[in-house]
Amino acid sequence: MSAPGQGSDGDEGGVFRRAWAILWKDLLIEGRNKQSFTAMVSFAALVLFLFTFAVGPDPELLGRLAGGLLWVGIVFTGMLSLSRTYQSEEKGGGLEGLKMYPGELRSIYLGKLAANLVLLTLVEALLFPAAAVLFQIDMWPHAPQLAAVAFLGTFGFSVVGTFYAALTVHLRARELMLPLLLFPALVPVLLGAVNATTLTLTGDPMGNFDMWFRLLVAFDVIFFVVCTWIFPILLED
Amino acid sequence: MERETRDRRHRWLGLAALAAVVVGTVWALFVAPPDAAQGEVQRLMYVHVPTAWIGMLSFFVVFVMSILYLVQRDPRWDMIAHSGVEIGVVFTALTLALGSLWAKPTWGIWWTWDPRLTTTAIMLIIYVGYLAVRGFAQDPEKRARWSAVVGIVAFVDVPIVYLSVTWWRTLHQPPSTARSIAPEMLWPLFLNLAAFTLVYLYLMLRRYRLAEAERQLEEETAIGR
Repeated sequence: MSAPGQGSDGDEGGVFRRAWAILWKDLLIEGRNKQSFTAMVSFAALVLFLFTFAVGPDPELLGRLAGGLLWVGIVFTGMLSLSRTYQSEEKGGGLEGLKMYPGELRSIYLGKLAANLVLLTLVEALLFPAAAVLFQIDMWPHAPQLAAVAFLGTFGFSVVGTFYAALTVHLRARELMLPLLLFPALVPVLLGAVNATTLTLTGDPMGNFDMWFRLLVAFDVIFFVVCTWIFPILLED
Repeated sequence: MERETRDRRHRWLGLAALAAVVVGTVWALFVAPPDAAQGEVQRLMYVHVPTAWIGMLSFFVVFVMSILYLVQRDPRWDMIAHSGVEIGVVFTALTLALGSLWAKPTWGIWWTWDPRLTTTAIMLIIYVGYLAVRGFAQDPEKRARWSAVVGIVAFVDVPIVYLSVTWWRTLHQPPSTARSIAPEMLWPLFLNLAAFTLVYLYLMLRRYRLAEAERQLEEETAIGR
C-alpha cells in the first residue's frame, strides 16, 4: 500500500507507531501549557449560556433543544481545536520537520486526528454533565448510549476537520475558509448526532435511533477511508 | 489561426444552442398544455428541471476531472473542473431561484425544508467553497491540487447530505411522491433538457477558452517577475 506522493517503507505498524508519537507529542504540549483546553472548555460553556439566553430559560424547551445546543457547542468548540492542529506546527517549521521523517505522510493525519479526538472528548466529558445540570436533564441512565453517539459524532467531525484544516492552513483567510468548507460537509454528522442525542434524551417511540446511529457509522467509515487515502496529496510541496 | 477556427466552431455550437432554446421555450410556453391543477405557473418546470440537471451534470464532470487531475497532474483537467464549478454554481443558484418563484404561487411560501431544496442549497454552498479555495490560493499548482481534493470530497458528501436531510424531514412529513407526466409535457421537457445541455457545452468550451487565456497570463506575469 504505497501512498500517492510518498515512498513508504511498507511498514504498516510503523504508520501507527508514528501516529502515536505525534499524538503523544501534541498531548504533551497541551498538557504542559493547557492553553487550548482551558480556552475550549470556557468557550463551550459560554456557547451553552449564549444559547440559553437566545431561546429563554424554560426548562421544558431547553430539554427538547438540548441535543441541538450541545452539538452546535461541540462543533464551534471543535473549530478552536482544529485551527490549532497545524498552526501550532508553524513556528520553527514543525510541519516541514514532520514531513521530512521517513515513512507515510498518513501517520501525520492519523496522529493529528487522534489528538483532536482526545482533546474534544475531554471537553465533552465536562460539557455533557454541565448541560445536564444547566438544562435539568437526567443523563446518567443514558450514559453509555450518549457516550457512543458522542464518540461517533466527534470522530466524524475530527475526520473531516483534521483533513480540511491541513488544506486551509496554507490559504489566505484560513479562519474563514475552514468553517466554510467544513460546516456544509458536516451536515450529515450534525443531523445524525443531534437526532441520536435528542432521541436518547427525550425517548424514542418510533425506534428511529438506529437509523441515525447507522448514518453516523457510515459517514465515519466513508470519510475516514477517503480522507486517509487522499491526505498525502494535501502535504505535497 | 487554430484558435480562430476553434472560436468559429464554438460560435456555430452557440447558435445551435440558442436555436434549441428558442424552440424549446416557444414549445413550453405556447404549445404544451397548462397544468390541470397548477395552471400556467407549472411551465416553470421546463426551465427548472433543465437547470437542475445541468447543475448536477456539471458537478459530476468536476468530480471526474478532479480525479483525472490528481492522477495525471495535467493542468487542462483542472481548468475544465474550474469551468465546471463556475457553470454548475450559476445553474444551481438559478434552480433555487426558479424553484422559489414556483413555490410562492403554488405552495404560498418561498422556501420549505424539503429534502431536495435543502440539499441543493447545501450543495451550492459547498461548491462556492470550492471557488473560494481557488480565490485564496496563489500558487497555480497548489490551487489545482487543493481544489481537486475539494471537488472529490464534495461529490462524495452530497449524496450523504441528501440521505440525511431526507431522513430528517420524513420524520415530520410524508415525502412528496413523483407524479407521472403527460406525454404532451414530456416532449417539450426533453427538448429543453437537450437545449440546455447544448448551452452547457457551449459555456464550458468558452469558459475553458477563458481559463486557457488566464493561465497564459499567469505564466507570462510569473516569468516577467
